[in-house]
Amino acid sequence: MIKVIRGRLDGFDGQEALRYLGYCKRDIPADNVRSLFEECGREVLAVQDLRAVYSDFPLATEGDGLDLGFARVKSHSLALNLTGCKRTVLFACTAGAGIDRLLAKYNRISPAKAAVVQAVGAALVEGWCDEICARIEREYGAVKPRFSCGYGDLPLTLQRDIFAVLSVTKNIGITLSDDCFMTPTKSVTAIVGVIEK
Amino acid sequence: MADFRDLLSNNIIVLDGAMGTQLQKSGLPLGVMPEEWCLTHSEDVTAVHRAYFQAGSNVVLANTFGANFLKFGDRLGEVVSAAIRCAKNACSGFKDAFVALDIGPCGKLLKPLGGLDFEDAVDIFKRTVRAGVAAGADLIFIETMNDVYELKAAVIAAKEECSLPICASMVFGNDQKTMTGASPEAFVALAEGLGVDALGINCSLSPAEMTPVVERILKVSSTPVIVKPNAGLPEEVDGKTVYSLSAADFAEQMRALTEKGARLIGGCCGTTPRYIEELIAATRGIQPKPIENKGLTCVSSYTQARYFGNIPVLIGERINPTGKKRLKQALKENDIDYVLNEAVTQTERGAHVLDVNVGLPEIDEPSVLKRCITEIQAVCDLPLQIDTSDPVAMERAMRVYNGVPLVNSVNGKRESMRSVFPLVKKYGGVIICLTLDEKGIPPTAKGRVAIAKKIIRNAEKYGIVRGQLVFDTLAMAVSADGSAAVEALEALDCIRHKLGCHTSLGVSNISFGLPQRDFINSTFFAMALTRGLSAAIYNPNSQEMVKTYKSFLALSGLDENCAAYVDYASSVTAGAITEVGGRADSANEGGGLTYFIVKGLKKEAAAEAARLLGNTAPLEVINAHIIPALDEVGKGFENKTVFLPQLLMSAEAASEAFKEVKARLNPSDNAKKIKVALATVKGDIHDIGKNIVATLLSNYGFTVYDLGRDVAPERVVEAAREHGVQLVGLSALMTTTVVSMRQTIELLRVELPHVKVCVGGAVLNEEYARTIGADRYCKDAMATVRYAGELEEGLS
Repeated sequence: MIKVIRGRLDGFDGQEALRYLGYCKRDIPADNVRSLFEECGREVLAVQDLRAVYSDFPLATEGDGLDLGFARVKSHSLALNLTGCKRTVLFACTAGAGIDRLLAKYNRISPAKAAVVQAVGAALVEGWCDEICARIEREYGAVKPRFSCGYGDLPLTLQRDIFAVLSVTKNIGITLSDDCFMTPTKSVTAIVGVIEK
Repeated sequence: MADFRDLLSNNIIVLDGAMGTQLQKSGLPLGVMPEEWCLTHSEDVTAVHRAYFQAGSNVVLANTFGANFLKFGDRLGEVVSAAIRCAKNACSGFKDAFVALDIGPCGKLLKPLGGLDFEDAVDIFKRTVRAGVAAGADLIFIETMNDVYELKAAVIAAKEECSLPICASMVFGNDQKTMTGASPEAFVALAEGLGVDALGINCSLSPAEMTPVVERILKVSSTPVIVKPNAGLPEEVDGKTVYSLSAADFAEQMRALTEKGARLIGGCCGTTPRYIEELIAATRGIQPKPIENKGLTCVSSYTQARYFGNIPVLIGERINPTGKKRLKQALKENDIDYVLNEAVTQTERGAHVLDVNVGLPEIDEPSVLKRCITEIQAVCDLPLQIDTSDPVAMERAMRVYNGVPLVNSVNGKRESMRSVFPLVKKYGGVIICLTLDEKGIPPTAKGRVAIAKKIIRNAEKYGIVRGQLVFDTLAMAVSADGSAAVEALEALDCIRHKLGCHTSLGVSNISFGLPQRDFINSTFFAMALTRGLSAAIYNPNSQEMVKTYKSFLALSGLDENCAAYVDYASSVTAGAITEVGGRADSANEGGGLTYFIVKGLKKEAAAEAARLLGNTAPLEVINAHIIPALDEVGKGFENKTVFLPQLLMSAEAASEAFKEVKARLNPSDNAKKIKVALATVKGDIHDIGKNIVATLLSNYGFTVYDLGRDVAPERVVEAAREHGVQLVGLSALMTTTVVSMRQTIELLRVELPHVKVCVGGAVLNEEYARTIGADRYCKDAMATVRYAGELEEGLS
């Protein structure tokens, strides 16, 4: 069955956000960057609106051909990821439109803030994905690393099937463009293989 | 058959419950669009509707929630008419039974958050409405909307296609906001402004969870309220999906909301005919609360509503070219960023509403006003005042405005009322009414009040209520007429207290021709506030005005414990008033323009540039200070000792310095000849990378034409030709849009073979760039600057 959940995070992985901005582990951000980072972090956390929708599906595989229970797809990389699985959990999640509002604003008045909000927002939605996967793990048992459209040879157009089967737009408000872009932009869909006991 | 509007005026109307979950029970597989079943399983669809009518519903929503042109294309008419037919077949034999055309979100997000243009959204909804009306729907039910802007598009579509009753309902979360951040009050303001017949909330929450939002809606709505909640949360029991609230519990919770005043009640996800039966049983005998006109005066943005009342509303006047040289120049040069900065600064300084006036003889006012309104709304969520004397500009701006605008202005002239009132009736709005007419401004208060009465009478004829009118009794220069202030205040007092309408003044006119105008302005402002001034157009940068306002609130008991006053007072030092936001002392460390730019200190960089310009030629400031600073940071970036945020902070500081320089630079002084057009290619809406490139290129003195995102190949060619650019920069983030990048390059090669093309973006690399025929792959913004620099050298 389809479940819709909401969440709230108190923080995000700052190292991950810095990585999106080109920093390596050993690079220490300058003081002015650090304060910009903190400011943007606060703004992003304040506007977060975490939502997710998920459901489980039976999985049948034949070589690289996969019957995901809601769509058939040919993908070597996904087949590899799902080796040995007989079920998957499909989820879509978003960190909310507030971050896009901030981006629209800072894109016009402060490119530096726009870049940092972008990175922090990405780190936040990653954190949200981790939380969803942990929840899936509690409900369904051990899982494989999540796998999204566009990874390896998994076609982006599979997004359309995902949106249809989970009623993503109706349930959590993410919209899909003709070119399969999601808005709010800080959104993720992924397939999580459930490891057979 | 009875009329829906008649039934609504005196009764509680029972809506239906869920459709999707019911169809799934009768076999609709997941992933199949429920609307398809109107064609293939019409009996099943009709059976669901009939069960709701049997349970006692007055209205069923046809199975058209997702029926739009984007999903069904040319089959739309067929699908909608089949859906309406299913519902019509079900209603035969029932009394007071209505079929609504159900309209859900179109599935795409509107600009500025998404890529869908407002007018395109209107068009999508119009197609559905047209099909529904042709098929015989009795009313239009717009529901499960997440974005007030999309709701506005749908309502306008319905109003322009038919005169059927319109119900409009949105989804609110536990945080009492819609997904795009609208408060219940902002939603009510917008929906009422558009003149819907009923408004409310559906989906997402249980009745009990909805209560706070329903209460907020009921408090401010003068329109019947819809409540259509979910049956709690879905749970899995023995492999089946069940909802957490039983029909009895649902009905019990709904009874409480109905007693509070909900007038259209039903269920959303998880509810069944059984829930509707229980709902009817639980609410039997509840007397419908009469619909009262709350008499509120309210403007709104896409997130918040601002009511006129005890706390006077401050309208920031900075976006109005009258007497502002720099803004005039910005408008003429299409420099929207300057306008946006004014919007953000005024917001930070405490304005409640922003005036937007772009009336200059040499510009195309309708298109510039529309653009300014849209762009300001992307960076600022204050309500806006649409300020124009051009009815065409006014209509275009009101149409795209996301919220209920303050409209400036109408006056007692027949022609003025005839052009403004119909627009306000159609789009909603609060109107600033100037107390003048064909004979000019009456010298006495009595004459101005008479005009106010005339305006009220006339507005009523258009269906515009008193609450929508705010009167400006016209403060004229006291230096020319000693009684100017007295008469304006007398008229103001009378209109506020005898006619019961709100008032507004453009305060600063009063001091025209006098020295130290702020002294006069702020005292006049205080006088007007004590006489009942509801709103003032003011300069948020004027400390005298802010001081008066804060003090007034404290003295009038409108500032609890004088907390806001104390807060304000501690931000200013006695006698000397510091600039809001503070200014760091530029001499305390390091110093020099290069230093400030490298450190990314915007204000300091601007101040230092201004100081330098006192004794240094503008070009010298660029070449000896700005460029070396950018080079230092740029090299650090290339060597990976400086990272993107620092690079951009420096770029912003350089931009500030550059603005100072530009003000003194002759156009012929601009040393760089290379002009660059930049675009994120068609299909792609990611533009951060492209914006960074634009910022850096302009910093280095190149002329940049930023064409935006999702730009078609033809448009790139057209702009490149029009501006005579030598370089086109294209950006794409996704593999799917590299195709449009290739098409753009191909078209450029045919049309403008001499133009160079560089490309960048996450999915590109050297090889890929070569394959699609680009001249250069630029891995980042600095690489683009270097490439433009190479081309520049080639020219000289």
